[in-house]
Amino acid sequence: MKQEIFVIKSQEKIAKDVFKMVLSGNTDDITASGQFVNIKLDGFYLRRPISVCDYDKNELTLIYKTVGEGTAAMSKYENGTELDILTGLGNGYDTSLSGETPLLLGGGVGVPPLYNLCKKLVAEGKKPTVILGFNSADDVFYENEFKALGADVFVTTADGSYGIKGFVTDAMADLNYSYFYTCGPEPMLKAIYNVSKTSGQLSFEERMGCGFGACMGCSCKTKYGNKRICKDGPVLIKEEIIW
Amino acid sequence: MVDTSVSLSGLILDNPIIPASGTFGYGYEYAELFDINCLGSFSFKGTTREARFGNPTPRIAECPAGMINSVGLQNPGVEKVISEELPKLKECFSKKVIANVGGFSLEEYAETCQMLDSQEQVGLLEVNISCPNVHNGGMSFGTDPKMAAEVTKRVKAVTTKPLYIKLSPNVTDIVEIAKACEDAGADGISMINTLLGMRIDLKTKKPIIANKMGGFSGSAILPVALRMVYQVYDAVKIPIIGMGGVATAKDVIEMMLAGATAVQIGAANLVNPFVCKEIIEKLPEEMAKYSINSLSEIIGGAH
Repeated sequence: MKQEIFVIKSQEKIAKDVFKMVLSGNTDDITASGQFVNIKLDGFYLRRPISVCDYDKNELTLIYKTVGEGTAAMSKYENGTELDILTGLGNGYDTSLSGETPLLLGGGVGVPPLYNLCKKLVAEGKKPTVILGFNSADDVFYENEFKALGADVFVTTADGSYGIKGFVTDAMADLNYSYFYTCGPEPMLKAIYNVSKTSGQLSFEERMGCGFGACMGCSCKTKYGNKRICKDGPVLIKEEIIW
Repeated sequence: MVDTSVSLSGLILDNPIIPASGTFGYGYEYAELFDINCLGSFSFKGTTREARFGNPTPRIAECPAGMINSVGLQNPGVEKVISEELPKLKECFSKKVIANVGGFSLEEYAETCQMLDSQEQVGLLEVNISCPNVHNGGMSFGTDPKMAAEVTKRVKAVTTKPLYIKLSPNVTDIVEIAKACEDAGADGISMINTLLGMRIDLKTKKPIIANKMGGFSGSAILPVALRMVYQVYDAVKIPIIGMGGVATAKDVIEMMLAGATAVQIGAANLVNPFVCKEIIEKLPEEMAKYSINSLSEIIGGAH
């Protein structure tokens, strides 16, 4: 973990209430896909934890949804704004367990952390399949970006207004895969846990105080003892989860 | 050269800055970020006799200028703290620590304190009789002067190190409770714990915190803490560790002027993990600005 000042390079709305922000700054402490950063916002007490969508040496891409006043304020920041960010938080996904044909399942704003993961898996010579789940056509984003990485991509919408009608679990039923990686709302994670045919890694969300393991605000019980979603997670392996 | 040292019942601190219990774990999370030996001391995560998972999540809610937490004394239990956490801490912190102890019965408080009192690393005991986040105990000891005195006596009888009682602000008259602790043999007072608070989610129309209520802390509570420290300083002769909303070197000076001998930093650590180090570095400059040569000389200076 490091505290760094990042500068906003660009920001655009890419779906309903969903923004993509590109920042420049030192990303040295980000070591795995699925980690997150914690952003200090003027006028708000606690930082805002946001998953890393993509990064390279000097650039960080975040995709977030305006779910409250803090993220709404953030979506109005102009290019050139400096942000105080704690980077390299959380454990992230382990790609070494993926096998040859991993399945990536993202739900809503659970989609972004899978992008860098998909990129890494492709770079490692694996053949990922991606299922992106949204509520409605207005919510869909990053379908083409995943396709551009070379992955097979399916999109589901709950109301059927785009792609396959239903949930990500409807699209995964007939697929063969070596392992799975997922991030999304807890009911989705639980459904995937129940129907998945292989082991996998699930990324969880929780209201956090610090984001770096000090306050015990986001603890959960696992088969291997108590874990902090922010520090020991947010990624848990299927076999350790207690619902 | 300004003098930032203070003495808590004989325990000399290089400076009065102490991260507050529950915001600094057992130290090593922060030791990855900076050399925590710059701290005056630190108060480790509230420890109980048995291991506790604490309350269900969500345990955190944001507030204007603060936050609510409802962790509920999650800790591995005193035996594991002694066998695992303290040895790990020793590798990154060479000064004496403050052992923060929670409990649910007089026996439990006494037993846990006795075990920690015998640890060489422990310089001072801070007994939390004011946790707002646990039922059947915790704060109930801190809202009744007779019970507060009883805990103090029982712990004092089985320990040798300075005993500080951490008080709740969720009472009508905190002075009466502080006096009861002093009369029962407490060596000092730690104050204030969090204020009981609540937030409601407009989307779900229910409290955000799973336990409904939690402890409110952060910058917003500084004036309440200052007022209470000021009042208690007038009424007792034992030292006070002041806390509540302290986030800057100026806040530290203000808290000491109100009557605190040392100052704890809580919620601010969670927002800026470097805040204690930054305050310690800034203190000499702020002291010079306000013509203060020795911090220990300003304790209670506002009276």
